[in-house]
Amino acid sequence: MERPLTQHINFNRSSLNLKDYQSVGGYQAVEKALTSMAPGDITKMVIEADLKGRGGAGFSTGTKWSFVPMNTLGQTKYLIANADEMEPGTFKDRMLLEGNPHQLIEGMIVAAYAIQANISYVFLRWAYKKAAWLIKHAIEEAYTAGYLGKNILGSGFNLEMHLHTGIGRYMCGEETALLNALEGKRATPRTKPPFPQVSGLFGKPTIVNNVETLCNIPHIVNHGADWFKDLSPGSDAGTKIYGISGRVNKPGLWELPMGTTVRELLETHAGGMKKGVSFRAVLPGGASTDFLVEEHLDVKMDYKSIAAAGSRLGTGTMIVLDDQTCPVGFIHNLEHFFAQESCGWCTPCREGLPWTEKILLSIENGTGRPEDLELLEMHTKHLGPGNTFCALAPGAMEPLQSGLKYFRADFEKHIKEKKCPWR
Amino acid sequence: MATIYIDHKAYEVTPGKNVLETCLTLGFDLPYFCWHPAMGSVGACRQCAIKLFKDEEDTKGRLVMSCMETVKDNMYLSIEDPSARAFRTQVIEWLMTNHPHDCAVCDEGGSCHLQDMTVMTGHNYRRFQFPKRSYKNQYLGPFINHEMNRCIQCYRCVRFYKDYAGGKDLDVFAAHNHVYFGRAADGTLESEFSGNLAEVCPTGVFTDKSLKSHYTRKWDMTMAPSICQHCSLGCNIIAGERYGELRQITNRYNGAVNGYFICDRGRFGYEFVNSINRIQQPLVRAHIPEPADKDSLYRQLAIILTKHRTIGIASPRASLEANFALRQLVGKENFYQGVSETEAQLMRNILLTLNAGHTHSPSLKETEAADVVFILGEDLTNSAPMLALAVRQAIRKVPFEKAAQISIPTWHDAALRELAQEEKGELFIAYPTKTKLDELAGKPLHLSPDEIARLGYAVAAYLNTNSPAPEGLSKHSLKLARHIADSLKKAKNSLIICGTSLFNEAIINAATNIAMALSGEEKKANLSFIVPECNSMGLAMMDAPSLTYAMEALENRDIDTVIVLENDLYRRGGKKEIDLLLEQRKNLVVLDHLHHETSNKASILIPVATFAEAEGTIVNNEGRAQRFFQVFSPKNENFRESWSWLDEFRQFQNGISPEELQEPGNLLAGMVRLMPQFKGVDTLSPAADFRISGQKIPREPHRYSGRTAMLANINVSEPKPPEDHHSALSFTMEGYKGMPPAPLIPFFWAPGWNSVQSVNKYQTEVGGSLRGGDPGERLFSEIRSAERRYQNHIPPTFIPSAGEWLILPLPHIFGSEELSIYSPGINERSPKPYIAINRKDAKNLNAVENDLVQLRIQDQSYFLPVRIMEELPEGLAGIPYQIPGLTGISWPAKGILTKGNT
Repeated sequence: MERPLTQHINFNRSSLNLKDYQSVGGYQAVEKALTSMAPGDITKMVIEADLKGRGGAGFSTGTKWSFVPMNTLGQTKYLIANADEMEPGTFKDRMLLEGNPHQLIEGMIVAAYAIQANISYVFLRWAYKKAAWLIKHAIEEAYTAGYLGKNILGSGFNLEMHLHTGIGRYMCGEETALLNALEGKRATPRTKPPFPQVSGLFGKPTIVNNVETLCNIPHIVNHGADWFKDLSPGSDAGTKIYGISGRVNKPGLWELPMGTTVRELLETHAGGMKKGVSFRAVLPGGASTDFLVEEHLDVKMDYKSIAAAGSRLGTGTMIVLDDQTCPVGFIHNLEHFFAQESCGWCTPCREGLPWTEKILLSIENGTGRPEDLELLEMHTKHLGPGNTFCALAPGAMEPLQSGLKYFRADFEKHIKEKKCPWR
Repeated sequence: MATIYIDHKAYEVTPGKNVLETCLTLGFDLPYFCWHPAMGSVGACRQCAIKLFKDEEDTKGRLVMSCMETVKDNMYLSIEDPSARAFRTQVIEWLMTNHPHDCAVCDEGGSCHLQDMTVMTGHNYRRFQFPKRSYKNQYLGPFINHEMNRCIQCYRCVRFYKDYAGGKDLDVFAAHNHVYFGRAADGTLESEFSGNLAEVCPTGVFTDKSLKSHYTRKWDMTMAPSICQHCSLGCNIIAGERYGELRQITNRYNGAVNGYFICDRGRFGYEFVNSINRIQQPLVRAHIPEPADKDSLYRQLAIILTKHRTIGIASPRASLEANFALRQLVGKENFYQGVSETEAQLMRNILLTLNAGHTHSPSLKETEAADVVFILGEDLTNSAPMLALAVRQAIRKVPFEKAAQISIPTWHDAALRELAQEEKGELFIAYPTKTKLDELAGKPLHLSPDEIARLGYAVAAYLNTNSPAPEGLSKHSLKLARHIADSLKKAKNSLIICGTSLFNEAIINAATNIAMALSGEEKKANLSFIVPECNSMGLAMMDAPSLTYAMEALENRDIDTVIVLENDLYRRGGKKEIDLLLEQRKNLVVLDHLHHETSNKASILIPVATFAEAEGTIVNNEGRAQRFFQVFSPKNENFRESWSWLDEFRQFQNGISPEELQEPGNLLAGMVRLMPQFKGVDTLSPAADFRISGQKIPREPHRYSGRTAMLANINVSEPKPPEDHHSALSFTMEGYKGMPPAPLIPFFWAPGWNSVQSVNKYQTEVGGSLRGGDPGERLFSEIRSAERRYQNHIPPTFIPSAGEWLILPLPHIFGSEELSIYSPGINERSPKPYIAINRKDAKNLNAVENDLVQLRIQDQSYFLPVRIMEELPEGLAGIPYQIPGLTGISWPAKGILTKGNT
C-alpha cells in the first residue's frame, strides 16, 4: 500500500532537510512542472486526479484553481497554504509540517506555478512552534537551492514565499478570515462572491489550500492523475491522513486509502477501545461534524459515504466518545470552544453560540429546564448553513444537533435528576 | 427594468440594486441593522433575511440576506414566508439577550431603530435567563455620550467613522460576544464628523451629549426644516425646540446636498441660540445703553431715520430677506456689503465665473462622483467640512470601477473595500500647511498662497496654451504642474476646488483658468468655490459696494446714521479702520442677536431672531438658494426677524404711525422684481397659504406630550398656540399627518419608523432624491453667457522678506466661526491662540515650541505661543482664523515677529 504523503516521515529521526528530501526524489515535481508543463496542464491534471480539499470542505482543488484569471500578465497573485490547523481533535497537518516541510513547499511552488502566483504565504498556527522553525529553515534552503526567488530553474517563473504565524484564532482557518488576518485586519470572514480566486489577499486573485491538499500536488505531478485515483478503491481519489483521539488503545495518525471504514480505523489501527470503556459515538472529522454511532461503524470514510450517514468527512481525524464520558459535558466543552472562537461579526453566531453554551452548562450542572431542549433545538435550526455569515456556527451545531438526536435520553436524565449522572 | 415577485406579486424594479433597498423603496417594512444607504451592505447582522426561490415552482426556497442579493429579472422572493419571519424574530431575540431594558431612561427611546425593528418582528418574550454582559463606558469628549451596554454590534459606527469618514480613533476591539466599540483609551473623538454616530448608531450607544444637557424626547420637540448657518455649504438640518430652548440639530436628508450626514460644527454649533449673551431688548444709548420700550425706540428712530443720510451695512450671515429689507430701507445707493473690499473682490471674481457658465459648480452629491480632484488653497476639513467628506468618497470610489468587471455590485461595501484596498483616485492638495485630507493625496504640496496660484496657472497653461503661464517656475514645479495637468486631462470627471480662505485672488483666478481649460464644448469641468459664510454668495449677488466704500461715503458725504445688520464689523477688517468707521457717525443702529464688539458701540441696539426663530433664505457656495423656517416662536417678543424690524422702520420712515404698521408683504417676490438674478427664490417652498386637505403641516409630532401641562405652573388654561403667518407650517401637533412636500419636512417619521431611518420612506428610491424633488434651487443657469476669457494676473514668485512675515489665516472647524463658538462643546474643542512657523524661521527668531512670540500686525500686538509646523514654507506665519482674541485683523495681512519677553 502506497503512502505518498508520509512515506518519508519518521519521527524517530529529525525531519527531512533539503538534501534528504532531494535524495528521495524531492523537487522533481517542481522541475517537471516548471520546465515541461504549461500552468493550465497542471490544473487540468489536478482536476483529472479528482483531488478534493483536505481542509474539510472537500471542494475539487483543480476546479478551484481554474477560477483564477490567467490572462493577467504581470498581475500579482497569491498562493496561500492554510496551516492554521485549529479544529479540535485534528493534528494531521502538524505531522506533515513537522515531518517533511519541503513536501509542502514543493506542493506550493507547483500550485503557485499552476495559477501563476508570484507571492506565497504559509499561514501557520501560532502554537506550532516547531513547525514554524522547520518551515522557516526549509524556505531558506529552498531559496538557496533556487526553488524560490527569481527565475526558478531558469523557467522565468518567480515566486516569493513567506511564513506568517497567526495569533491562535480558530476563525483564521476559514480562508477569507485568514486573508483578513494576513492583511493585518480583524479575522472576520468575507462574503463570497467575490471569491478569493478573483479578489483575495489585498484584493488580488488568491488561492488558499490546506497543507495536506498541497502536499499531494508533487505526487500527482510526478505520477499522474490515474495513479492518484488508483490509490483509493473507493469513490474518492488518493490517500487520506486519518486520525483518532479519545479512549482508544493506540490514538494516532495513519495515511490510508480514501474510503477506509470507521471500523477498520478504530479496531485495526487504533487497537480498539481501552479496557473498561466501550464505544458510544464518534465525531468523524473534527469537532464540527455530526456524531456517528455504532450503526455507522462500517461507513467508508470518504466524502459521499459519510455525508450519506449524516455527517461530514471534515478533516478525517476522529474524536471517540466512550460510555464513561458524559455526552452533555462533552458537547458543552465543544460549544464553549466555538462560542469563544466566534469572531463576533454576525448576530446568530456571536449571540447564539454563547447561549447554547450557557444552556448546556446549566443542564450539566443540574439546573436545566425541560424547555431548554427546545431552545437548543431552535439554535441547531437557526444556526444552520446560509443563516450565518460563515460555516463556524453551522459547524458548531453539528455535534449538538446529532447529540440531541442520539443522546436525548441523557439530556433528559440530567434535567430530571437535576444532576449529571456521570458525576 | 426587472420584474421581481415578492410574495407572489410582481414589481417592476431597477436591476443591480440589492434586494433590501429595493424592498424598502417599494415600501415594505423589512428590518435591518448593519446596512446603511450611504455605506452599503456587509451582511453582518442577518436581520433582513428573506426567502429566495429558484423559480415559480419552488416552494421550499432558501433563506438569504436581502442586503446581499442583487436584484435580477424573474426573482421570486418572500418576505412573509413563516421561516423567514421566524428567523428575523430570532435575530432580534439574540440581539436582545444582552440589551438592557432601559428604554425609559435611554436618550434614544422613541426614536430608536432597535425599538422599531423589535416591534416590527414581533419579538416580545424573553427566553434568555442568564446574566447580561456588561462593559465599561468611555468618555468620548463634549459631543458624544457612550453607553456600550446597549450595543447590538451592527458595526455601523466603525464603518462610518473609520471607513467612510477616515477617522482613526474609534475601532472595534476584542471578539466573540464581547466585541467592544470605542477608543483605545478614554478621550475626545477626533473626527469632525463624530456627531453622525448618534444617527448612525441604531440604538443608544452613541448619543448626542449636547441634547443630553437639556434632554427632551424627539416626540416632544417642535421641529422645523432649517439650513445650517455655520459655513457656506448650506447643509440641510432639522432643528428641535422645547420650552423656548433649542435642543437639538439633526441631519435633514437632501439628496443633492448633504445626504445622510452633517459635520460636528453644524450639529453642535446651535447653542448660541440659547446663549446668555443674547441681546434681550432694544437698548437706546443716551450716556449708557438703557432699555427702551417700543414707543421710545420709535421716537428715537423718528429723529435719526431721515432719508439720504443713512447707510446700511449688510451681512453675509443674514438672510436674503433681511439684507433686502435693509436695502429697501436705506435705498440701493446707500446699501453696502458688510465685508472687506478684499472679500468683496474675491466674491466678484467667483460670481463672474459662475455667471459665465464655462464651468460647472457641483453639488456635494456631484462631488462624490469626481475621479481626479485638485484643491488649491483650502483646508477643506476646516473651511467646508462636508465637502472634505464628499471628496473622501470621490477618491475612495475611483477603484470601484474595477469591481464591475468582476461583477461586484456598487452596494457591496465589504467586497469593494477588499478589492480596492489602499488604491484611490488622484487627489492633489496645494496648501501652506498639512491638512487632514493630505493622507489621501499623493504628495501634498505645501506652498505659499502666491506659489499655489502660480502652480495653478502653470497647470492651466499645460491644459490650454491660451491660459497664460507663470514665469520663473522651478523645473520641479513645472514637472509637477505637468503631472497634475495630465491627470486632470485623463479624468472623466475632474474637480477643481478653491476658495476665499487665504484671501488670495490669484488662487481663485488660477483655479478658474484650470477649470476653463478643462471644459470642452460638450462637458464642463467641475469647479467648487468655498466662500466665507452661509449667505456670502447671496450677499455678493446683491452686488453692493464693500465696507471700504462705506468708509468713503462716511468721509465724503453727509451721513449721520449707520445701520449695521447682523454683523460684527471687527471680524471684517482691521480694528483701527473699523473704529474709525463706527466713530465717524452720529448714530449707530445695530440689529443682531448676540452682543459683540460692534453692538457694544451701538447707540440703538435692536435684538433680532436667530435662524431658529426666523424664516429666511440663503444661497450656498454652489449657488443653491435654500429656505429655512422658524422653529419656534420665542417667548421674548423682541426676538423678531431682522426683516420684520427693518420693514417696519421702512413703513415708519414713510410716515406710517407705529400703530398702523403692517406685516411685511412678500419680500422675496419684491426682491426678484428688483433683482432678477434671484429668480426662483420666491418659489422655493409652498406659499404660506398652502394647505393639504385644508390643513397646515404641524411642527410637532402627533405624540407631542404634556402640552396642556407644560405651562400649568403658570396658567392652567392652555394658551393659544402661536400662529405662523409666513409659512404653511403650524406650531402645533394638529394638522396634516401625511408626508409633507419636501421643503416643508419638519421631521422624518413614518408608521413603525420612529427613528431617523424613516427617511427611506420620504425618498423616491433609497438614497435618491426626496419625493417631489430635493428642495432648493440653483440660481446660476450655467448657460455660457460670455466669451471664455482667461485670467492673467499672475503674481510674482513669493520671496520671504526679512523681518516681515506673510500672516496666514488658518481656519479651524471649531473656533473660527462666529456663532458656533458659543456652544460649550465647540468652545472646548477650539484651539488656544498660537502662531505657526517653520523650524528654520523659529530658529532665526531664537524660539522653540511654546515660546511666546510677539506678533505686530496693523498697529496691534499679540503675544502668541509658537507652534512649529515643519511643512510651512519660509516667511509664512499662521494664526488661527477669527478665534476669540484674534479678530480685528484686515486680511491678507503682513506682520512682524519678535521673540517675546515674558
